[in-house]
Amino acid sequence: MLYREAGQFKASYQEDAQIFPIRQDRVGFIALLAFFFVVVPMIANQYWLQAILTPVLIFSLAALGLNILTGYAGQLSLGSAAFMAVGAFATYNFMLRIDGIPFLVAVVLGGLCAAGVGILFGLPSLRIKGFYLAVATLAAQFFIVWVLVKFPWFSNYSSSGVITAQEINILGFAFNTPETKYLLTLLVVTVLALAAKNMVRSTTGRKWMAVRDMDVAAEVIGIRLMRTKLQAFAVSSFYCGVAGALYAYTYLGTVEPEGFNLDLSFKILFMIIIGGVGSILGSFLGAAFIVLLPVFLNIFLHSFVGAALPPGFGSNLELMIFGGLIIFFLIVEPHGMARLWQIGKEKLRLWPFPH
Amino acid sequence: MTFFLEVLIGGLLSGVLYALVALGFVLIFKASGVFNFAQGAMVFFAALTFVGFTEVLPGWTGLEPGSGGVFWLAFALALASMIVLGIATEKVVLRPLVNQPPITLFMATIGLTFFVEGLAQAIWGANARGLSLGISDEPVMWILDDFDIIISKFDLIAAGIALVLFVVLALLFQYTRVGRALRAVADDHQAALSVGIPLKHIWAIVWGVAGFVALIAGLIWGSRNGVQFALTFTALKALPVLILGGFTSVPGAIIGGLIIGASEKLAEIYIGPFVGGGIESWFPYVLAMFFLLVRPEGLFGEKHIDRV
Repeated sequence: MLYREAGQFKASYQEDAQIFPIRQDRVGFIALLAFFFVVVPMIANQYWLQAILTPVLIFSLAALGLNILTGYAGQLSLGSAAFMAVGAFATYNFMLRIDGIPFLVAVVLGGLCAAGVGILFGLPSLRIKGFYLAVATLAAQFFIVWVLVKFPWFSNYSSSGVITAQEINILGFAFNTPETKYLLTLLVVTVLALAAKNMVRSTTGRKWMAVRDMDVAAEVIGIRLMRTKLQAFAVSSFYCGVAGALYAYTYLGTVEPEGFNLDLSFKILFMIIIGGVGSILGSFLGAAFIVLLPVFLNIFLHSFVGAALPPGFGSNLELMIFGGLIIFFLIVEPHGMARLWQIGKEKLRLWPFPH
Repeated sequence: MTFFLEVLIGGLLSGVLYALVALGFVLIFKASGVFNFAQGAMVFFAALTFVGFTEVLPGWTGLEPGSGGVFWLAFALALASMIVLGIATEKVVLRPLVNQPPITLFMATIGLTFFVEGLAQAIWGANARGLSLGISDEPVMWILDDFDIIISKFDLIAAGIALVLFVVLALLFQYTRVGRALRAVADDHQAALSVGIPLKHIWAIVWGVAGFVALIAGLIWGSRNGVQFALTFTALKALPVLILGGFTSVPGAIIGGLIIGASEKLAEIYIGPFVGGGIESWFPYVLAMFFLLVRPEGLFGEKHIDRV
């Protein structure tokens, strides 16, 4: 009754091609943005902003990057954390070595460095497919972390490769409180997510999807495989790189190469699987789920059974529940949370009259 | 020259151990098309269960700690747990996911990895332990005397055990009824079903056998490096072995293991010093990646033909 497109006529091509063709979606999206930009910084406390909302946004961005590569272009990758590391360390070095470089420019340059590295490690995808490619991307994961540890130049000769993020200062305004850092992250993520949404519904994204569904067929209808695949690797790595830079600058403050390990890559992969492969919204839902799950599990275990457990058992139980939930989720809804949202929308259209 | 040979042989012997882990992957991938990432966790689980039983059994049964009875009883119990784990995995995790895309199955096995790691440590505790098979890690004397090469007795015996296992599996696959059924399933699920091969039983058997292989690998790796969480990372080394040899080939897993083992040790010794060392962590992957550029399906993998 409330959510349906009846009576909303499109009179121009522009109206037909907009991101949210249904008015309710448009209004809802703007309300959502207003909520997160205006209301959340006012009502949320420091812990929520710093320890939950900011990482959720950053991981959403990384998941978005991986989703572009895996969900849209069909190239399975296990090296997303390494590309995040490239972004973080490149941004750090640009900030360090170029005097007075604006922060956002450094982040973009860092992302571009990650894109370059991504293209390099994307080259094997022209010949290798499926799980073979996934294992080959592990080469990127281990090699990049090794390079960042072994060559101290990247971390400005600090001990064991730890870098400490510089102050963020944009046009004389210092971003040093959780609120401002959260807003900065939100702004970057919003812009990039909108860009991604537009990319996947234009020629670029359709080419990616054609390659995903069957690359030989895509080649036959005139899509240049090399360009399309490398483009997907570049864009995906750019997103991961920017996410890595934000991870270092607005979330943690100090990072080391070993922090961007295989576990982090898997986490990002989990996000897109649970959120929904090949869905922009899914990246956000998945990131929120994976970040919040350990927090809630921890609270749950501590408040209910915490005292009775032997030490060390709790963390193992957490591990078991985490693994079990992932399996459970895959069995119950293999298409992810984005699919649940879609089903909900379909139902809402008919509500309250089911026929 | 002697030094080169020593490094080469040491590498080959450790390669046999990589092959042992890779073998578990290959068995499952061949029979059910599942890329079982949890194989590493299963190795860890097997080793920890074995050590756990050797610790608690003397108290339960009154046997002498460290005696042969305890060893074999613990071995049997660990084997039973592995088979139960394998069959439970097949029933609870994989059967509901039949017909899902391979990536979903792969993700499910990563979830399984977390679960199994957590389970193993929740039952037996997270502290590192030693595991002794009663084989001393000392150079073999007559080789040292005659050829001036140091080869560990332990490595040699471990390689021997692995070899026996490979031969037994090959015979099992080649000459038994179950083996023939396994090969038929690996070849074509539907065709196998249509001639009356019980697919579910076969899968249960494969997971059981993979559990057995994981136990052997866990015992050898565990007595080499101690039973600790790091064991799960060692299993990651089996991945380049797999892509080098091809996901579907048992001989591929063995030869891939030998190549990876030998080349990573040689690279560490001869290339490592020029770039700062520690290249063992990524060299196998990069080697395998370049190898794939030449042969995208690995050494012995099935040739991939695309049809539109």
